[in-house]
Amino acid sequence: MASALVKVPARARRGEVIEITAMVAHPMETGFRSGENGQILPRNIVQFFVCRYDGVEVFRAEFFPAITANPYIAFSTVATRSGTLEFRWIDDRGVEVLERAAIIVE
Amino acid sequence: MTPDSTPYPGRRQSLRLIVAGVAGGIAGASSGWCPEARATPADMQAAIMAFSRSQTLQSGGVRLLVPELVENGNLVPVSVHVDSPMTERDHVRRIGLFSERNPQPQIAVFHLGPRSGRADVTTRIRLADSQRLVAIVEMADGRFFQTGVEVIVTLAACIEN
Amino acid sequence: MRIGELAGVAAVQAFGLAVLALCLALHSDMALAQPDAGAGLRSGFDSMSASTQAMQRDDAANPGMLTVNDGAKLWTRPEGSAQRSCSGCHGEASVSMKTAAARYPRWDERLNRPVGLSQRIALCRQRYQGLDAGSPESAVQLALTTFVAHAARGVSLQPDTDPRLVPWRERGRARFEQRIGQLDLSCAACHEERAGLRLGGATIPQGHPNGYPLYRLEWQSVGSLQRRLRNCLTGVRAEVWPSDAVEYIELELHLTRRAAGLLIETPAVRP
Repeated sequence: MASALVKVPARARRGEVIEITAMVAHPMETGFRSGENGQILPRNIVQFFVCRYDGVEVFRAEFFPAITANPYIAFSTVATRSGTLEFRWIDDRGVEVLERAAIIVE
Repeated sequence: MTPDSTPYPGRRQSLRLIVAGVAGGIAGASSGWCPEARATPADMQAAIMAFSRSQTLQSGGVRLLVPELVENGNLVPVSVHVDSPMTERDHVRRIGLFSERNPQPQIAVFHLGPRSGRADVTTRIRLADSQRLVAIVEMADGRFFQTGVEVIVTLAACIEN
Repeated sequence: MRIGELAGVAAVQAFGLAVLALCLALHSDMALAQPDAGAGLRSGFDSMSASTQAMQRDDAANPGMLTVNDGAKLWTRPEGSAQRSCSGCHGEASVSMKTAAARYPRWDERLNRPVGLSQRIALCRQRYQGLDAGSPESAVQLALTTFVAHAARGVSLQPDTDPRLVPWRERGRARFEQRIGQLDLSCAACHEERAGLRLGGATIPQGHPNGYPLYRLEWQSVGSLQRRLRNCLTGVRAEVWPSDAVEYIELELHLTRRAAGLLIETPAVRP
Protein backbone atom coordinates (compact mmCIF):
# COMPACT_ATOMS: atom_id res chain seq x y z
CA MET A 1 0.00 0.00 0.00
CA ALA A 2 2.08 2.95 -1.17
CA SER A 3 0.98 6.52 -1.12
CA ALA A 4 2.77 9.59 -2.33
CA LEU A 5 1.80 13.21 -1.84
CA VAL A 6 3.10 15.80 -4.24
CA LYS A 7 2.39 19.53 -4.19
CA VAL A 8 2.93 21.42 -7.45
CA PRO A 9 1.33 24.74 -8.36
CA ALA A 10 -1.34 24.23 -11.01
CA ARG A 11 -0.24 27.30 -12.93
CA ALA A 12 2.88 29.44 -13.13
CA ARG A 13 4.33 32.23 -15.22
CA ARG A 14 7.10 31.38 -17.66
CA GLY A 15 10.41 31.72 -15.89
CA GLU A 16 8.87 31.72 -12.42
CA VAL A 17 10.70 29.69 -9.81
CA ILE A 18 8.19 27.33 -8.23
CA GLU A 19 8.46 25.24 -5.08
CA ILE A 20 7.60 21.57 -5.17
CA THR A 21 7.14 19.24 -2.21
CA ALA A 22 7.08 15.47 -2.42
CA MET A 23 6.53 12.83 0.25
CA VAL A 24 6.26 9.06 -0.11
CA ALA A 25 5.20 6.37 2.36
CA HIS A 26 8.22 4.25 3.23
CA PRO A 27 9.56 2.92 6.55
CA MET A 28 13.19 3.82 5.71
CA GLU A 29 14.45 0.86 7.72
CA THR A 30 17.98 1.88 8.60
CA GLY A 31 19.73 -1.44 8.90
CA PHE A 32 20.93 -0.39 12.35
CA ARG A 33 17.91 -1.53 14.34
CA SER A 34 17.44 -4.90 16.02
CA GLY A 35 14.18 -6.78 15.94
CA GLU A 36 12.56 -8.60 18.82
CA ASN A 37 14.86 -11.59 18.60
CA GLY A 38 17.96 -9.42 18.62
CA GLN A 39 18.72 -9.86 14.93
CA ILE A 40 19.41 -6.80 12.83
CA LEU A 41 16.45 -5.76 10.72
CA PRO A 42 17.71 -5.58 7.15
CA ARG A 43 18.12 -2.16 5.61
CA ASN A 44 15.45 -1.00 3.19
CA ILE A 45 15.43 2.66 2.35
CA VAL A 46 14.46 4.86 -0.54
CA GLN A 47 17.80 5.43 -2.28
CA PHE A 48 16.86 7.85 -5.04
CA PHE A 49 14.27 10.49 -5.69
CA VAL A 50 14.21 11.96 -9.20
CA CYS A 51 12.07 14.73 -10.64
CA ARG A 52 11.75 15.04 -14.41
CA TYR A 53 10.11 17.91 -16.21
CA ASP A 54 8.89 16.80 -19.63
CA GLY A 55 11.44 14.03 -19.49
CA VAL A 56 14.42 16.16 -18.45
CA GLU A 57 15.84 15.57 -14.99
CA VAL A 58 15.63 18.79 -12.97
CA PHE A 59 16.30 17.49 -9.46
CA ARG A 60 17.71 14.39 -7.87
CA ALA A 61 18.25 13.32 -4.27
CA GLU A 62 20.28 10.46 -2.89
CA PHE A 63 18.98 9.34 0.49
CA PHE A 64 20.84 7.54 3.25
CA PRO A 65 19.41 5.85 6.38
CA ALA A 66 19.45 9.17 8.22
CA ILE A 67 16.52 10.39 6.16
CA THR A 68 13.32 10.10 8.18
CA ALA A 69 10.59 7.55 7.43
CA ASN A 70 8.07 8.71 4.86
CA PRO A 71 10.75 10.88 3.27
CA TYR A 72 9.82 14.45 2.53
CA ILE A 73 11.64 16.80 0.18
CA ALA A 74 11.02 20.38 -0.90
CA PHE A 75 12.93 21.88 -3.81
CA SER A 76 12.65 24.47 -6.57
CA THR A 77 12.44 24.39 -10.32
CA VAL A 78 11.93 26.95 -13.06
CA ALA A 79 8.53 26.84 -14.76
CA THR A 80 9.68 26.65 -18.36
CA ARG A 81 6.60 25.45 -20.26
CA SER A 82 3.33 23.64 -19.78
CA GLY A 83 3.91 19.97 -19.35
CA THR A 84 4.22 17.07 -16.96
CA LEU A 85 6.35 16.72 -13.90
CA GLU A 86 7.23 13.17 -13.02
CA PHE A 87 8.37 12.05 -9.58
CA ARG A 88 10.06 8.74 -9.03
CA TRP A 89 11.23 7.07 -5.82
CA ILE A 90 13.38 3.92 -5.95
CA ASP A 91 14.22 1.84 -2.89
CA ASP A 92 16.93 -0.68 -2.01
CA ARG A 93 14.82 -3.52 -3.39
CA GLY A 94 14.30 -1.76 -6.70
CA VAL A 95 10.65 -1.05 -5.94
CA GLU A 96 9.50 2.17 -7.56
CA VAL A 97 6.76 4.64 -6.84
CA LEU A 98 5.78 7.01 -9.60
CA GLU A 99 3.65 10.11 -9.38
CA ARG A 100 2.87 12.73 -12.02
CA ALA A 101 1.52 16.26 -11.99
CA ALA A 102 0.62 18.57 -14.84
CA ILE A 103 1.53 22.23 -14.84
CA ILE A 104 0.22 25.05 -16.99
CA VAL A 105 2.82 27.70 -17.75
CA GLU A 106 1.71 31.00 -19.24
CA MET B 1 10.07 29.70 0.80
CA THR B 2 7.78 32.49 1.99
CA PRO B 3 7.80 33.38 5.70
CA ASP B 4 4.33 31.82 6.11
CA SER B 5 5.46 28.45 4.96
CA THR B 6 8.73 28.37 6.77
CA PRO B 7 8.41 25.90 9.61
CA TYR B 8 10.92 27.61 11.86
CA PRO B 9 10.85 30.66 14.09
CA GLY B 10 11.43 33.91 12.20
CA ARG B 11 15.16 34.44 12.71
CA ARG B 12 17.60 33.21 10.09
CA GLN B 13 21.31 33.09 10.72
CA SER B 14 24.07 31.82 8.56
CA LEU B 15 25.70 29.86 11.37
CA ARG B 16 23.93 28.93 14.58
CA LEU B 17 26.16 27.83 17.40
CA ILE B 18 24.41 26.45 20.46
CA VAL B 19 26.76 25.20 23.14
CA ALA B 20 25.93 21.52 23.19
CA GLY B 21 26.65 21.05 26.86
CA VAL B 22 23.60 18.88 27.43
CA ALA B 23 24.58 16.14 25.00
CA GLY B 24 25.52 13.63 27.67
CA GLY B 25 22.87 11.48 29.23
CA ILE B 26 20.33 11.79 26.46
CA ALA B 27 22.28 9.65 24.04
CA GLY B 28 20.71 7.06 21.84
CA ALA B 29 17.55 6.03 23.63
CA SER B 30 15.13 6.91 20.85
CA SER B 31 13.48 3.94 19.20
CA GLY B 32 15.19 4.07 15.80
CA TRP B 33 18.82 3.65 16.75
CA CYS B 34 21.23 1.06 17.98
CA PRO B 35 23.15 3.03 20.62
CA GLU B 36 26.44 1.26 20.09
CA ALA B 37 26.71 2.22 16.42
CA ARG B 38 28.27 5.63 16.21
CA ALA B 39 30.25 7.43 13.61
CA THR B 40 32.98 9.72 14.84
CA PRO B 41 33.97 13.20 13.77
CA ALA B 42 36.81 11.52 11.87
CA ASP B 43 34.29 9.40 9.92
CA MET B 44 32.41 12.53 9.02
CA GLN B 45 35.60 14.22 7.87
CA ALA B 46 36.44 11.23 5.70
CA ALA B 47 32.97 11.28 4.14
CA ILE B 48 33.25 15.02 3.50
CA MET B 49 36.66 14.62 1.89
CA ALA B 50 35.30 11.91 -0.38
CA PHE B 51 32.36 14.11 -1.36
CA SER B 52 34.54 17.15 -1.98
CA ARG B 53 37.38 15.20 -3.57
CA SER B 54 39.62 16.70 -0.90
CA GLN B 55 39.21 20.19 -2.32
CA THR B 56 39.50 23.24 -0.10
CA LEU B 57 36.26 24.06 1.69
CA GLN B 58 35.42 27.75 1.72
CA SER B 59 32.95 29.53 3.97
CA GLY B 60 30.11 31.85 3.11
CA GLY B 61 26.91 31.92 1.16
CA VAL B 62 25.44 28.75 2.67
CA ARG B 63 22.74 28.65 5.34
CA LEU B 64 21.78 25.52 7.22
CA LEU B 65 18.56 25.84 9.19
CA VAL B 66 17.14 23.58 11.86
CA PRO B 67 14.39 24.33 14.39
CA GLU B 68 15.50 25.91 17.65
CA LEU B 69 13.88 23.08 19.56
CA VAL B 70 14.05 19.57 18.16
CA GLU B 71 11.18 17.71 19.77
CA ASN B 72 12.16 14.33 18.47
CA GLY B 73 15.41 13.18 16.92
CA ASN B 74 13.45 10.88 14.63
CA LEU B 75 12.26 13.82 12.57
CA VAL B 76 14.36 16.95 12.32
CA PRO B 77 13.39 19.38 9.54
CA VAL B 78 16.51 20.71 7.82
CA SER B 79 16.76 23.42 5.17
CA VAL B 80 19.78 24.35 3.11
CA HIS B 81 19.96 27.58 1.19
CA VAL B 82 22.83 28.70 -1.01
CA ASP B 83 23.18 32.25 -2.33
CA SER B 84 23.57 31.53 -6.02
CA PRO B 85 22.09 33.02 -9.20
CA MET B 86 21.65 29.44 -10.50
CA THR B 87 22.62 30.39 -14.04
CA GLU B 88 24.27 28.12 -16.55
CA ARG B 89 27.67 29.47 -15.60
CA ASP B 90 27.17 29.98 -11.87
CA HIS B 91 25.07 27.42 -10.06
CA VAL B 92 25.08 24.82 -7.34
CA ARG B 93 25.79 21.34 -8.62
CA ARG B 94 25.51 19.26 -5.45
CA ILE B 95 24.72 19.70 -1.77
CA GLY B 96 25.86 17.05 0.70
CA LEU B 97 24.54 16.77 4.26
CA PHE B 98 26.67 15.10 6.90
CA SER B 99 26.33 14.11 10.54
CA GLU B 100 28.99 13.80 13.16
CA ARG B 101 27.43 11.22 15.45
CA ASN B 102 24.86 9.20 13.55
CA PRO B 103 25.80 5.57 12.81
CA GLN B 104 26.69 6.68 9.29
CA PRO B 105 27.94 10.17 8.41
CA GLN B 106 26.19 10.65 5.05
CA ILE B 107 22.63 11.94 5.28
CA ALA B 108 21.74 12.98 1.73
CA VAL B 109 23.11 14.37 -1.50
CA PHE B 110 21.03 16.74 -3.60
CA HIS B 111 21.74 17.35 -7.29
CA LEU B 112 20.70 20.76 -8.58
CA GLY B 113 21.36 22.75 -11.73
CA PRO B 114 20.39 25.87 -13.67
CA ARG B 115 16.84 24.57 -13.96
CA SER B 116 16.48 24.70 -10.18
CA GLY B 117 16.00 28.46 -10.16
CA ARG B 118 17.00 28.62 -6.52
CA ALA B 119 19.35 26.60 -4.37
CA ASP B 120 16.84 25.78 -1.63
CA VAL B 121 16.24 22.26 -0.35
CA THR B 122 14.29 21.09 2.70
CA THR B 123 14.06 17.57 4.04
CA ARG B 124 13.59 15.66 7.30
CA ILE B 125 16.39 13.75 8.93
CA ARG B 126 17.10 11.50 11.87
CA LEU B 127 19.63 12.60 14.45
CA ALA B 128 20.75 10.02 16.96
CA ASP B 129 22.00 12.56 19.44
CA SER B 130 22.78 16.20 19.93
CA GLN B 131 25.56 16.87 17.42
CA ARG B 132 26.98 18.90 14.60
CA LEU B 133 25.34 18.92 11.21
CA VAL B 134 27.39 19.95 8.15
CA ALA B 135 26.43 20.97 4.61
CA ILE B 136 28.98 20.88 1.78
CA VAL B 137 28.15 22.63 -1.47
CA GLU B 138 29.76 21.98 -4.84
CA MET B 139 29.56 24.83 -7.35
CA ALA B 140 29.61 24.50 -11.12
CA ASP B 141 33.11 25.95 -11.25
CA GLY B 142 34.42 23.25 -8.93
CA ARG B 143 34.64 25.32 -5.78
CA PHE B 144 33.33 23.87 -2.52
CA PHE B 145 31.66 25.69 0.35
CA GLN B 146 30.74 24.49 3.81
CA THR B 147 28.68 25.41 6.82
CA GLY B 148 27.72 23.67 10.04
CA VAL B 149 25.22 23.92 12.85
CA GLU B 150 25.03 22.46 16.35
CA VAL B 151 21.70 20.74 17.02
CA ILE B 152 20.29 19.82 20.40
CA VAL B 153 18.09 16.75 20.33
CA THR B 154 15.66 15.97 23.15
CA LEU B 155 13.77 12.79 23.90
CA ALA B 156 10.02 12.34 23.79
CA ALA B 157 8.37 11.30 27.04
CA CYS B 158 6.69 7.91 27.49
CA ILE B 159 8.11 5.99 24.55
CA GLU B 160 7.55 2.44 23.40
CA ASN B 161 10.23 0.62 25.36
CA MET C 1 4.87 -0.48 4.93
CA ARG C 2 6.65 -1.35 1.73
CA ILE C 3 6.69 0.81 -1.32
CA GLY C 4 4.06 -0.66 -3.63
CA GLU C 5 4.75 -2.15 -7.01
CA LEU C 6 4.83 0.03 -10.08
CA ALA C 7 1.44 -1.13 -11.27
CA GLY C 8 -1.02 1.41 -12.63
CA VAL C 9 0.47 4.87 -12.42
CA ALA C 10 -1.32 7.10 -9.96
CA ALA C 11 -1.66 10.10 -12.21
CA VAL C 12 -2.29 13.22 -10.17
CA GLN C 13 -3.67 16.16 -12.02
CA ALA C 14 -1.90 19.20 -10.64
CA PHE C 15 -4.98 21.34 -10.96
CA GLY C 16 -7.08 18.89 -8.99
CA LEU C 17 -4.32 18.51 -6.45
CA ALA C 18 -3.96 22.26 -6.13
CA VAL C 19 -7.69 22.66 -5.56
CA LEU C 20 -7.64 19.79 -3.11
CA ALA C 21 -4.64 21.24 -1.34
CA LEU C 22 -6.37 24.60 -1.10
CA CYS C 23 -9.57 23.07 0.28
CA LEU C 24 -7.64 20.95 2.72
CA ALA C 25 -5.50 23.90 3.75
CA LEU C 26 -8.60 25.95 4.47
CA HIS C 27 -10.19 23.02 6.22
CA SER C 28 -7.18 22.34 8.35
CA ASP C 29 -6.86 26.02 9.25
CA MET C 30 -10.43 25.96 10.43
CA ALA C 31 -9.81 22.75 12.32
CA LEU C 32 -7.12 24.42 14.33
CA ALA C 33 -9.31 27.22 15.61
CA GLN C 34 -9.86 25.36 18.87
CA PRO C 35 -12.48 26.59 21.35
CA ASP C 36 -11.75 29.28 23.92
CA ALA C 37 -9.11 28.62 26.50
CA GLY C 38 -11.81 29.76 28.91
CA ALA C 39 -12.97 26.18 29.04
CA GLY C 40 -9.45 25.31 30.23
CA LEU C 41 -9.15 22.83 27.39
CA ARG C 42 -6.00 22.92 25.34
CA SER C 43 -5.25 20.60 22.46
CA GLY C 44 -1.82 18.98 22.43
CA PHE C 45 -1.28 20.98 19.26
CA ASP C 46 -0.71 24.09 21.35
CA SER C 47 2.18 22.53 23.26
CA MET C 48 4.17 21.65 20.15
CA SER C 49 7.01 23.49 18.50
CA ALA C 50 6.21 25.74 15.57
CA SER C 51 7.80 23.36 13.09
CA THR C 52 5.71 20.39 14.22
CA GLN C 53 2.59 22.55 14.14
CA ALA C 54 3.44 23.58 10.59
CA MET C 55 3.80 19.94 9.66
CA GLN C 56 0.29 19.21 10.89
CA ARG C 57 -1.17 22.24 9.15
CA ASP C 58 0.11 21.39 5.69
CA ASP C 59 -1.67 18.40 4.18
CA ALA C 60 1.16 17.93 1.70
CA ALA C 61 3.67 17.78 4.57
CA ASN C 62 1.63 15.82 7.14
CA PRO C 63 2.79 12.18 6.99
CA GLY C 64 -0.58 11.14 8.45
CA MET C 65 -2.19 12.17 5.17
CA LEU C 66 -0.42 9.28 3.46
CA THR C 67 -2.43 7.00 5.73
CA VAL C 68 -5.62 8.94 4.98
CA ASN C 69 -4.97 8.36 1.29
CA ASP C 70 -4.53 4.65 1.92
CA GLY C 71 -7.84 4.66 3.75
CA ALA C 72 -9.54 6.45 0.87
CA LYS C 73 -8.46 3.68 -1.48
CA LEU C 74 -9.68 0.98 0.91
CA TRP C 75 -13.02 2.75 1.32
CA THR C 76 -13.98 2.06 -2.28
CA ARG C 77 -12.40 -1.35 -2.63
CA PRO C 78 -14.84 -4.30 -2.93
CA GLU C 79 -13.93 -7.02 -0.42
CA GLY C 80 -14.99 -10.48 0.64
CA SER C 81 -17.24 -13.03 -1.03
CA ALA C 82 -20.03 -10.48 -1.52
CA GLN C 83 -17.51 -8.01 -3.03
CA ARG C 84 -18.86 -5.16 -0.95
CA SER C 85 -17.02 -1.91 -0.37
CA CYS C 86 -17.51 0.59 2.45
CA SER C 87 -18.69 3.10 -0.14
CA GLY C 88 -21.31 0.63 -1.38
CA CYS C 89 -23.26 1.20 1.83
CA HIS C 90 -21.87 4.50 3.09
CA GLY C 91 -21.34 6.43 -0.12
CA GLU C 92 -18.97 9.37 0.06
CA ALA C 93 -17.20 9.39 3.42
CA SER C 94 -16.97 13.17 3.37
CA VAL C 95 -20.77 13.18 3.61
CA SER C 96 -21.76 10.06 5.54
CA MET C 97 -18.86 10.17 8.01
CA LYS C 98 -18.91 13.93 8.45
CA THR C 99 -19.56 13.70 12.21
CA ALA C 100 -19.23 9.97 12.90
CA ALA C 101 -15.88 10.05 14.68
CA ALA C 102 -17.02 12.81 17.02
CA ARG C 103 -19.41 10.54 18.92
CA TYR C 104 -17.27 7.51 19.51
CA PRO C 105 -16.99 5.32 21.63
CA ARG C 106 -20.62 4.19 21.22
CA TRP C 107 -22.70 1.29 22.42
CA ASP C 108 -22.73 -1.80 20.22
CA GLU C 109 -26.02 -3.72 20.52
CA ARG C 110 -24.72 -7.07 19.43
CA LEU C 111 -21.61 -7.09 21.58
CA ASN C 112 -23.52 -5.43 24.40
CA ARG C 113 -20.62 -3.16 25.26
CA PRO C 114 -19.03 0.09 24.08
CA VAL C 115 -16.80 0.08 21.02
CA GLY C 116 -14.35 2.62 19.65
CA LEU C 117 -14.29 3.79 16.05
CA SER C 118 -11.57 1.36 15.02
CA GLN C 119 -13.46 -1.53 16.50
CA ARG C 120 -16.68 -0.38 14.87
CA ILE C 121 -14.92 -0.45 11.51
CA ALA C 122 -13.47 -3.90 12.22
CA LEU C 123 -16.95 -5.17 13.16
CA CYS C 124 -18.40 -3.74 9.96
CA ARG C 125 -15.73 -5.48 7.90
CA GLN C 126 -16.42 -8.72 9.72
CA ARG C 127 -20.22 -8.59 9.61
CA TYR C 128 -20.83 -7.10 6.19
CA GLN C 129 -17.72 -7.91 4.20
CA GLY C 130 -16.86 -11.26 5.79
CA LEU C 131 -13.31 -10.20 6.60
CA ASP C 132 -11.21 -11.19 9.59
CA ALA C 133 -10.72 -8.53 12.20
CA GLY C 134 -7.15 -7.32 11.96
CA SER C 135 -5.23 -5.96 14.93
CA PRO C 136 -6.04 -2.32 15.69
CA GLU C 137 -2.49 -1.42 14.65
CA SER C 138 -2.65 -3.23 11.32
CA ALA C 139 -2.11 -1.09 8.25
CA VAL C 140 -5.67 -1.65 7.04
CA GLN C 141 -7.32 -0.83 10.37
CA LEU C 142 -5.24 2.29 10.85
CA ALA C 143 -5.83 3.46 7.30
CA LEU C 144 -9.61 3.12 7.48
CA THR C 145 -9.88 4.56 11.00
CA THR C 146 -7.69 7.53 10.12
CA PHE C 147 -9.66 8.11 6.93
CA VAL C 148 -13.04 8.01 8.70
CA ALA C 149 -11.89 10.17 11.61
CA HIS C 150 -10.33 12.62 9.17
CA ALA C 151 -13.73 13.04 7.53
CA ALA C 152 -14.82 14.63 10.82
CA ARG C 153 -11.79 16.93 11.07
CA GLY C 154 -12.87 20.28 12.45
CA VAL C 155 -15.95 18.82 14.16
CA SER C 156 -16.03 19.08 17.94
CA LEU C 157 -16.01 15.98 20.09
CA GLN C 158 -19.54 15.24 21.32
CA PRO C 159 -19.56 12.16 23.54
CA ASP C 160 -22.53 9.86 23.06
CA THR C 161 -25.16 10.27 25.82
CA ASP C 162 -26.36 6.67 25.79
CA PRO C 163 -26.92 5.92 29.52
CA ARG C 164 -25.45 2.44 29.14
CA LEU C 165 -22.05 4.07 28.60
CA VAL C 166 -22.15 5.76 32.01
CA PRO C 167 -20.79 2.99 34.25
CA TRP C 168 -17.98 2.29 31.76
CA ARG C 169 -17.11 5.96 31.56
CA GLU C 170 -17.09 6.18 35.35
CA ARG C 171 -14.65 3.30 35.57
CA GLY C 172 -12.53 5.15 33.02
CA ARG C 173 -12.55 8.25 35.18
CA ALA C 174 -11.50 6.24 38.22
CA ARG C 175 -8.72 4.67 36.20
CA PHE C 176 -7.59 8.10 35.06
CA GLU C 177 -7.10 9.07 38.69
CA GLN C 178 -5.63 5.77 39.84
CA ARG C 179 -1.92 5.72 40.64
CA ILE C 180 -0.19 2.82 38.95
CA GLY C 181 3.19 1.43 38.05
CA GLN C 182 6.60 1.56 39.66
CA LEU C 183 6.54 5.33 39.29
CA ASP C 184 3.20 5.38 41.09
CA LEU C 185 1.69 7.95 38.79
CA SER C 186 -1.86 8.40 37.63
CA CYS C 187 -2.87 9.92 34.30
CA ALA C 188 -4.16 12.88 36.28
CA ALA C 189 -0.82 13.39 38.04
CA CYS C 190 0.79 14.40 34.73
CA HIS C 191 -2.06 15.45 32.49
CA GLU C 192 -4.16 17.37 35.01
CA GLU C 193 -1.88 18.51 37.81
CA ARG C 194 1.21 19.07 35.71
CA ALA C 195 -0.14 19.87 32.27
CA GLY C 196 1.85 22.77 30.86
CA LEU C 197 4.95 21.94 32.89
CA ARG C 198 7.94 20.27 31.29
CA LEU C 199 9.07 16.65 31.37
CA GLY C 200 12.58 16.55 29.96
CA GLY C 201 12.50 18.64 26.82
CA ALA C 202 8.76 18.29 26.25
CA THR C 203 5.77 20.20 27.53
CA ILE C 204 3.26 17.90 29.22
CA PRO C 205 0.01 18.11 27.27
CA GLN C 206 -3.46 17.68 28.76
CA GLY C 207 -3.60 14.30 27.04
CA HIS C 208 -6.68 14.63 24.81
CA PRO C 209 -7.73 12.07 22.21
CA ASN C 210 -8.89 14.58 19.59
CA GLY C 211 -6.15 13.87 17.03
CA TYR C 212 -6.24 10.09 16.81
CA PRO C 213 -5.18 8.10 14.94
CA LEU C 214 -2.18 10.35 14.72
CA TYR C 215 1.36 10.45 13.35
CA ARG C 216 3.72 10.28 16.29
CA LEU C 217 7.26 11.37 15.46
CA GLU C 218 8.50 8.83 18.00
CA TRP C 219 6.83 6.00 16.06
CA GLN C 220 7.52 7.42 12.59
CA SER C 221 4.11 6.09 11.72
CA VAL C 222 0.44 6.56 12.40
CA GLY C 223 -0.84 4.82 15.53
CA SER C 224 -3.95 4.50 17.62
CA LEU C 225 -4.94 5.98 20.95
CA GLN C 226 -4.46 2.50 22.37
CA ARG C 227 -0.86 2.44 21.26
CA ARG C 228 -0.25 5.80 22.89
CA LEU C 229 -1.86 4.61 26.13
CA ARG C 230 0.45 1.60 26.08
CA ASN C 231 3.37 4.02 25.83
CA CYS C 232 2.02 5.82 28.90
CA LEU C 233 1.82 2.55 30.81
CA THR C 234 5.39 1.77 29.86
CA GLY C 235 6.33 5.30 30.83
CA VAL C 236 5.14 4.84 34.40
CA ARG C 237 6.52 1.31 34.47
CA ALA C 238 3.14 -0.33 34.82
CA GLU C 239 2.07 -3.62 33.35
CA VAL C 240 0.78 -2.99 29.86
CA TRP C 241 -2.83 -4.11 29.41
CA PRO C 242 -3.46 -6.69 26.63
CA SER C 243 -4.91 -5.27 23.44
CA ASP C 244 -8.44 -6.52 24.16
CA ALA C 245 -8.54 -5.16 27.71
CA VAL C 246 -11.66 -3.22 28.69
CA GLU C 247 -9.46 -0.63 30.36
CA TYR C 248 -8.77 0.99 26.97
CA ILE C 249 -12.39 1.62 26.07
CA GLU C 250 -13.21 2.76 29.60
CA LEU C 251 -10.39 5.27 29.48
CA GLU C 252 -11.30 6.39 25.99
CA LEU C 253 -14.88 7.08 27.16
CA HIS C 254 -13.57 9.26 29.95
CA LEU C 255 -10.99 10.97 27.74
CA THR C 256 -13.51 11.89 25.07
CA ARG C 257 -15.92 13.28 27.65
CA ARG C 258 -13.07 15.22 29.22
CA ALA C 259 -12.15 16.61 25.81
CA ALA C 260 -15.72 17.42 24.75
CA GLY C 261 -15.72 20.58 22.68
CA LEU C 262 -12.21 20.14 21.30
CA LEU C 263 -12.08 19.84 17.54
CA ILE C 264 -10.99 16.67 15.82
CA GLU C 265 -7.55 17.09 14.25
CA THR C 266 -7.06 13.68 12.70
CA PRO C 267 -4.48 13.00 11.48
CA ALA C 268 -2.67 15.03 14.13
CA VAL C 269 1.11 15.14 14.35
CA ARG C 270 2.65 14.79 17.81
CA PRO C 271 6.20 14.34 19.14
